[in-house]
Amino acid sequence: MTTVDGPLGLVETQRVVLFEEGSPLVLASGRELAPVEVAFETYGTLSPERNNVVFLCHALTGDAHAAGHHGDSSERGWWDNIIGPGRPVDTDRYFVVCPNLLGGCQGTTGPASTDPRTGKPYGLRFPAITVKDLVAVHRALLSHLGIERPMAVLGGSLGGMQALQWALDYPTEVPGAAMVCATSRLTAQNIAFSAVAREAIMRDPDFNGGDFYDQEKGPELGLALARMTAHITYLSEEAMRQKFGRRRQDPSAPTPDPDAPESDFEVDFEVESYLRHQGTAFLDRFDANTYLYFSRMMDRFDPFADNQVFERLKTLVTRFLLVSFDTDWRFDSSHSRVIQRQLARAGVPVSFREIESPWGHDSFLLEVPEYHRTVDTFLDSLWRER
Amino acid sequence: MTLRPDLRLVADLIGADSRVLDLGCGDGALLDELITNRSCSGWGVELSDDGFYGCLARGVPVVQGDVDRGLEDVEDDEVDVVVLSETIQALRRPELALREMRRVAQRGIVSLPNFGHWRLRLELLTRGRMPTSPELPNQWYSTPNIHLCTLSDFEDLVGESGLTIVDRIPLDGSQRRASGLAGARPNLFAAGAVYSLERNSDILNP
Repeated sequence: MTTVDGPLGLVETQRVVLFEEGSPLVLASGRELAPVEVAFETYGTLSPERNNVVFLCHALTGDAHAAGHHGDSSERGWWDNIIGPGRPVDTDRYFVVCPNLLGGCQGTTGPASTDPRTGKPYGLRFPAITVKDLVAVHRALLSHLGIERPMAVLGGSLGGMQALQWALDYPTEVPGAAMVCATSRLTAQNIAFSAVAREAIMRDPDFNGGDFYDQEKGPELGLALARMTAHITYLSEEAMRQKFGRRRQDPSAPTPDPDAPESDFEVDFEVESYLRHQGTAFLDRFDANTYLYFSRMMDRFDPFADNQVFERLKTLVTRFLLVSFDTDWRFDSSHSRVIQRQLARAGVPVSFREIESPWGHDSFLLEVPEYHRTVDTFLDSLWRER
Repeated sequence: MTLRPDLRLVADLIGADSRVLDLGCGDGALLDELITNRSCSGWGVELSDDGFYGCLARGVPVVQGDVDRGLEDVEDDEVDVVVLSETIQALRRPELALREMRRVAQRGIVSLPNFGHWRLRLELLTRGRMPTSPELPNQWYSTPNIHLCTLSDFEDLVGESGLTIVDRIPLDGSQRRASGLAGARPNLFAAGAVYSLERNSDILNP
């Protein structure tokens, strides 16, 4: 089989119910959840030995549609630049699986799904979830696909956190885990930004305690503000300077109209316009309650605080790759260094590299050549040993 | 793949099941041998991109970084052996590297070229120019080897660093164990040497 190197073509999101009333998902908290439906995409072909699986874990606002397109070839998946024939996540070699996360809002059961007990959306009655629960659903999806174990688990940011949790919870299951600009524990500053985002959503007059699904509009103002704040942390100062500088939206705009003084405080600089656009565009595809659940889940993530982890590390078969970016200030390199130290001290094979990129946390979604080559080399080494 | 002869000498000085930290590990050939065939564990530190990718391709754990910045992340006695193979002469602060080696491990293995070799001495004496050799092929201005020394110089630094020489293997020009004169007068006749070092028990030393 020969394929031309390049992007994937048309792909399709599939759905499957993995947990039903009789056999619910038991969460780490002990609570039960059913039904659990999962939206996922796959790319490439599963090998007869079923040992070429690269499992992708998405970040806070991602979804199952990582690569290819759904009909309009100009609208591509969120990680399209790294996935495809001849690309680092090479679909000529690997069978790639990418689900929407539990608690999400892009096809997988989450707060906007119908609670079977009430016939209405869960809202804040959706149970609290942890990264462990995301992993439990990932494993159930693989099992449904007839796959015993992944060859590698790969993710950026929250995606990397899932890769770490998976390897720690099932120490003999994951040959390779690649974590890009991830963390094992948020800092006070990280949590502070989460807090601002949540406050913005919950104080929105349309939030209504999370029961906004039958209203004309939900907490749009709050969700857009949450997104704007987060976006500031995804870009470095350097990236903002390059992208926008102090450029004005309309340099020829007249001086403020004395009869409408508030017009002076509307969008003036380009960066304002960009943030407003990011906020508004987000409303079409994201659920405010999912934002609350995911950001809280990230705040609480701290796998090395569990003392039993160090016992499990003794039997761990996973080889880790950690990548950070020098201008990322959301999860800067010190987060990756902490993980490297925790694992290496326990005798776990872990490689780490900080890569130069001006684009801050967002770099993990961009085509940074040294980053792509690093992921490529790592996956290739696992593939040759599979 | 066959291991470079001097790396095989280094590997033979490291016991099975050791925890090894290889500073300036290149493409990870030594660690690959130790992990695959001698049930060792550990990781390497390597500055170059090529070396980093070489390690990653072999599945050898590697951290991209600069040994000259120290090993502040590594705990006292975290590993059994630190290796500085053909690395120390390229460091800005060789004395820091030895001090850190002593802090994080009981044992150290160092291999280095010998600038006191008679051929180099003769070249400097007769030509009056910085000598080059098969082991040291670069010109003075473009060499990565910015801290060349003789074996005697190195041995002085070892003593000052609170380390003891347990074993010294003289090398010939092809990086193999040298015999004859090189064994008797290594500072004059060996092209380089592999040292096995141990931390002095004297706690008053640095």
